[in-house]
Formats: sequence, C-alpha cells, structure tokens
Amino acid sequence: MPWDRNQMAARAAKELRDGMYVNLGIGIPTLVSNYIPEGITVTLQSENGMLGMGPFPYEGEEDADLINAGKQTITELPHTAYFDSATSFGMIRGGKIAMAILGAMEVSETGDLANWMIPGKLVKGMGGAMDLVAGVGRVVVVMDHANKHGESKVLKSCTLPLTGTGVVDLIITNMGVLEVVPGGLKLLELADGVTEAELRAATEATLV
Amino acid sequence: MKKIYGSAREALDGVLFDGMLIAAGGFGLCGIPELLIDGIVAAGTKDLTVASNNAGVDDFGLGKLLATRQIKKMMSSYVGENAEFMRQYLSGELELEFNPQGTLAERMRAGGAGIPGFYTKTGVGTVIAEGKEVKNFDGQDYILERGIFADLSIVKAWKADATGNAVFRKTARNFNPPAAMCGRICIMEVEEIVPTGSLDPDMIHLPGIYVHRLIQGTHEKRIEQRTVRQRETA
Repeated sequence: MPWDRNQMAARAAKELRDGMYVNLGIGIPTLVSNYIPEGITVTLQSENGMLGMGPFPYEGEEDADLINAGKQTITELPHTAYFDSATSFGMIRGGKIAMAILGAMEVSETGDLANWMIPGKLVKGMGGAMDLVAGVGRVVVVMDHANKHGESKVLKSCTLPLTGTGVVDLIITNMGVLEVVPGGLKLLELADGVTEAELRAATEATLV
Repeated sequence: MKKIYGSAREALDGVLFDGMLIAAGGFGLCGIPELLIDGIVAAGTKDLTVASNNAGVDDFGLGKLLATRQIKKMMSSYVGENAEFMRQYLSGELELEFNPQGTLAERMRAGGAGIPGFYTKTGVGTVIAEGKEVKNFDGQDYILERGIFADLSIVKAWKADATGNAVFRKTARNFNPPAAMCGRICIMEVEEIVPTGSLDPDMIHLPGIYVHRLIQGTHEKRIEQRTVRQRETA
C-alpha cells in the first residue's frame, strides 16, 4: 500500500528540525503541522504576514483579520508576530526561512518545479510560490508520484511552465522519498509495501 | 492641514481620472479598502490599471469594479476566486499581468522608496523572466523588476490619528503599507480615527507622511474561507 496523504505529511514532518522557521504550502503540506515531532519547536510562517501560525479557531472565534495564505481563518500563538507583505517576502527572499514544504504538478531530475500553471486551463496565478522556491533554504515537495492518468510526475524535464529551476531538494511521494543529487534522483526510502521495481517503473526521471 | 474627509466620495474627489494606475492594499478579502472601492464604483472612473495581490470575489472588493467593467488591467499574483474575472480575462476584455507575490510587494515598496528597479532571484528561468534584464551577481542570476509608482493608493488600516499615523490589526496589514507607500496620493480608510497622541509613537506601523486623506467607516470584513476546529468534549 503506498502512503496516503497523512502518511506523506508525517514523512515530510521528519524533515523538520528544532528551531526552524518553515513555510507550508496549501494541500498536503498544510497537514504537516499535525505531525511535528515531539520535543521540537518549529515556527510556521504564513506569507501574508505572520510568524507563529496557530490552529483553526473554535467556532464563534473566527476573526476576519486573521487568515493564512490559503485565506482560511486561523489563530495566533504567544510568540506570534505580524508584518507587512514586503517584510514577509523580504524574509523569504533573504533566506531566513529554513524550509518550504510545497505541493507540485511536476518535478524534474534537476530539481525544476512546476506547480502553478497548466496551459489552456484556468490559470489562477503563482501567488508566493516563485518567491518561496527562489528564497528559502531547502525546498521539500510532497505530491503523488503519478497524475490521475497514471503518468509519472517525476520527470527528466518538466513539461509545464516552471515555478523555479533547480530549486527542489527532496521529493516525497506516495511511493517513497527521492533526493535531488548531481546526475539525477537518489532513492532514499520506499513507502510501505512499495518495491523498488514498482517505484522505478513509475518514475520517468533518472535514478542514480 | 486637514487629512480627515467625511466620506469615500469626498476623499476621492479630484484625484480620480480615466486610465489611472491604482495600488490597492489587502490579501484576499482581508484588509481591503472596501469603502474606497465602493467610492470608485460610484465615481465611474474607467480604464483603470489596478495593482493588487488579488481581485476580490464576484460581489465584494475589487470584484465590484470588475462587474462594472471599470478595470482594464490587473497586476496580481493570484486571482482564483472570481468567476467574472476569469470570464473577462478569457474573452480578452481584461488584461492581466501576473507578478510573483513577493515581487509585487517589493515593487510597491521600492516605488514608495524612490527605487525604480531592483534585482531578484524570484522568477529566474520562468515565464516571468521573459523580456526582463538578467544580471549575474556572484555567480547567481537575477532579473530586473521595476518599482511601481501609482497615481493613487487605496488602503485600509485599523486605527489612525488625525495626522494619518496608522496601526493595522493582525494579518489585515499585508499589502497595505507597501501599497500606501507607492502612491502619489494615498487615501486610507480606518475603522476608527483616534485622538492624536493616543497612539504610542513606538507602535505606529505606517507613519502619517504616507497618508494624504483619511476616512472612517463601518467595514463588512467578509471572511473568505471560514475554517474552525471542534472543541474537545471532556
């Protein structure tokens, strides 16, 4: 059985280290906050202007002035700080955010990332994704290994418009964990019940 | 010098013209200048270019200016929540310039600080870099992005004194300070105008030098995605 969304998020959470400032993308990456390992403290950044993002509010305690980058109502924590968007992306561009965990449509063996646009389909925009991948210390992608047509999303080179080139460090899919290294991708881990032959068959990129 | 005006209509009088560039604060529907948007709808100013991270929803925020076809072009990072926007864009009625979110914020900040351009890694090797100067610093490529110098800024704060010294609340700050900075004229709407001297000078988020006109009003403050957690039952 390949990993489900929660297992992928739990695996991504193992990349977190004590004291890190981290930005979590929308979708599976948001679930990572449920699996932060015991004994370590990470501070979540929301790029609309907040460090120290807390959980969703209790019903009746929603505040229209307090949302995350996905426009969802959230809460603050004792160490929360607020700031404007230019300051927020200044800390992203300035390399102060240690890690971003993001979703993806395609990743290439050289760490190129495509996660914002499918030509001919509805284009909503890149939001902060291009800034994040260009600026943060380490980019971890969490996604399904194949698309809904069964085609590999782990490619020799991306076919979709790029979010950034050579920006991805680690790929966590429902089938396993791959690291971007010189010459291709290195298999670090297989999901429970997935064989190396199955992962290789589902991967278009070069495995080294 | 009087900065306080009685209404959005009064504050907007004499500053609007067809074809102008407006920078607007807000992220999603959070911290948007709702009263000034309504004022521009009422004024009927046309062919606007609006620099704003998002474009509102169909019946609220900048979506109201799209419904009346007053916007010619948007400069935004994310526009996914608005069906009328998509209809106008796909039919060619509306121009759209995508900006990465941090690039948009920095373009506003830079414009406000008198900086006509800056280099950034964001967008290198993507469609965003097309047609832009690439410069290598210390072995790394960067692209040139331009500062935004807007004809008018419309922003929303929580409280301000009569001189325009302003305080924002929580994540409603977002694009409001950089948007305020980049306008030749900035009009700010607040929930409350407080007596000058009642705000702690050490806690001012945006100094009044950036604010030329000020109005107070009641805000709907609509929530776009209401998400809650369940209380644990003992």
